[in-house]
Amino acid sequence: MDRAFAIICLGITLIAVLALALLLASILIAGFPGLSWSFIERYASRIPEQAGIKAPLFGSIWVASICAIVALPVGVATAVYLEEFAAKNRFTNFLRINISNLAGVPSIVYGILGLTLFVRMFGLFGPIQNPAFEIGGETFAIYYDSTGEPLRVPVTSRNETPSLTTGSIGYIQDVLDGPDGELIFTNNWVPIPLTIVNVDTEFTPAYGVISAIDVVEPIDYEIQKPWYYVQFPFGQTVLAGGLTLMLVVLPVVIISSQEALRSVPRSLRAGSMAMGATRLQTVFRVTLPASIPMIMTGAILAMSRAIGEAAPILVLGVALFITDVPQSLMDAFTVLPMQIYNWTSRPQEEFRALAATGIIVLLVVLLAFNAIAVLIRQKFSRPLQ
Amino acid sequence: MPTASQQPENQTLAELCGRGRPRSVILRSFQEGTVRGLLVGCAMFSILVTTLIIGILAYETARFLQDVSVVDFLTGLEWNPLLGAERHFGIWPLIVGTLLVTLVAAVFALPIGLVTAIFLSEYAPPWLRAILKPILEVLAGIPTVVYGFFALIVITPALQGLGRLVTGENTFGAYSAGAAGIAVGIMILPIVTSLSEDAIRAVPKGLRDGAFALGSTKFDTSVKVVVPAALSGIMASYLLAITRAVGETMIVALAAGGLAQMTVLPWEQVQTMTAYMVQIFLGDAPATGVEYKSSFAVAGVLFLMTFLLTFAGYRILLRFREEYE
Repeated sequence: MDRAFAIICLGITLIAVLALALLLASILIAGFPGLSWSFIERYASRIPEQAGIKAPLFGSIWVASICAIVALPVGVATAVYLEEFAAKNRFTNFLRINISNLAGVPSIVYGILGLTLFVRMFGLFGPIQNPAFEIGGETFAIYYDSTGEPLRVPVTSRNETPSLTTGSIGYIQDVLDGPDGELIFTNNWVPIPLTIVNVDTEFTPAYGVISAIDVVEPIDYEIQKPWYYVQFPFGQTVLAGGLTLMLVVLPVVIISSQEALRSVPRSLRAGSMAMGATRLQTVFRVTLPASIPMIMTGAILAMSRAIGEAAPILVLGVALFITDVPQSLMDAFTVLPMQIYNWTSRPQEEFRALAATGIIVLLVVLLAFNAIAVLIRQKFSRPLQ
Repeated sequence: MPTASQQPENQTLAELCGRGRPRSVILRSFQEGTVRGLLVGCAMFSILVTTLIIGILAYETARFLQDVSVVDFLTGLEWNPLLGAERHFGIWPLIVGTLLVTLVAAVFALPIGLVTAIFLSEYAPPWLRAILKPILEVLAGIPTVVYGFFALIVITPALQGLGRLVTGENTFGAYSAGAAGIAVGIMILPIVTSLSEDAIRAVPKGLRDGAFALGSTKFDTSVKVVVPAALSGIMASYLLAITRAVGETMIVALAAGGLAQMTVLPWEQVQTMTAYMVQIFLGDAPATGVEYKSSFAVAGVLFLMTFLLTFAGYRILLRFREEYE
């Protein structure tokens, strides 16, 4: 009876092992043939053979970094307050219940919070397409000259219509000849004096020559975004995505940091205080250093969760078809799980295979993260006695 | 010129003085006060997050309820917000769909999780435990969208084959509550296992020794003494796992289908609350439309459900902690 039960237990336990084996096997079989360096280097495409994962891969790295930069200090500080400073009263108890409650909130609900709070900012700063506040960017009005090339004219805001006359300076994109005869568009814009010509007169199309009708109003406005460019509301940008994921993982970071701090022996704190250290000194020189390995482990687990989350990002309404790597905090982005979801939800077999290959990339990223966690744990861990 | 031997000693002393407790009482209390203020601010942030979630969901739900009556929303048995001449906003099909997927997941994961936890803490030799625990941790770290993929390409075909074998007909379709439920079950299995194992390990050794002294077998001790003693912890782990299942999004969005219907048959396709939200936020429903607003009301109901579940789990866990400390 006793032995039989042990064997049954072992059999049932192996279901979990079997599930993991099946999962990994099915992904490797479907996805491994598609794995190549070019898959990582290419952008999204409607043709399965040409699709790659570069944009979501970099998007995930950006978003996870922002998430870590915000969630770690706030999470650890909250844990330090709760474990080292907070008095044992009803309010502290309420804080604790609140945090464990937040940990149970479905991630898609955080997506709704992120959508309202970060993407739209309650609509306080106007619509996403025309943000009320912009800091750090250079705005340009876009025209097309008679050769059909875009021409930029610097303006102060999106509402300004520049009055252009012959002799005004416009900027035209510098184009280089590539090695195979193709054109390479650089990020270099060279000034060129404009010539405004009347519609009736004959003229030969040339750079900087622009018809009088075309200068009445710009075709569009464009913003050159350095990395520190900020707009309110954030819109569907990397920063909004990172902050939304920060909301998702914050309770996880707090709870794991609390456990890390709790694991520091009481005698260490008592010793520090007995030596005359203040509470603050005890926290920063004794308790935190002693618990750093555990805090980092918890933090890395939280970041893995952030990298794997698709639901909150999906709610933000990010574009599915991104063909560029984010350059600034205010650029559009997509993340690995979103791209995998997108590919998996299509009926064609080829996209399913792409999804499997994408999953391999995602799992490798997660593995790398966990390897970093192990390294940090080894580097920082010192015996407490 | 100080000699070379004096130099390092002096430096250490200076360093010690410089890094010591600030002499000035005012400076000290200012430092402590500032840092303390910052810490309190960070702690308050979590309360702000809760307040904002509740505020936004309440506000948007109220706006939705201006277009659809509360009675229709909370008692209606038909959810048909997008198509058809007459649109219906009765939440029950979504709730039933969510509960069906959760039920399948629970039936799969709760018993297996408990037995695994018993095996790991009571029976498994240390070397086997050292292999099995990391495997469960890996399972816990896999993103849910991967489970969704797994549900579509492995679980669904397997269930279809099984269905044909048993009934001779095509019972399972391309999307089903069962396939999604099993994938959700695999996802919550590590949660049940690790939390239940913690609870079982927290049972004092004295209880086990007592049972053995009275002549119980290992089986009797495990099942009749240890598990009942850890019951509240096990229950808390169950509730937390069920909370995760209710709120799970990507698996059900991929594998459960998109048809909101009242059914208890696991081979039918269902739409869960989360899957409906995915449909709305991914689609191009205008932000002013009733169907767009309805997703916030659905989120409100979902939040309320998970809130109650987490709260219940927390209460049970508190009682469990008091027992052995």
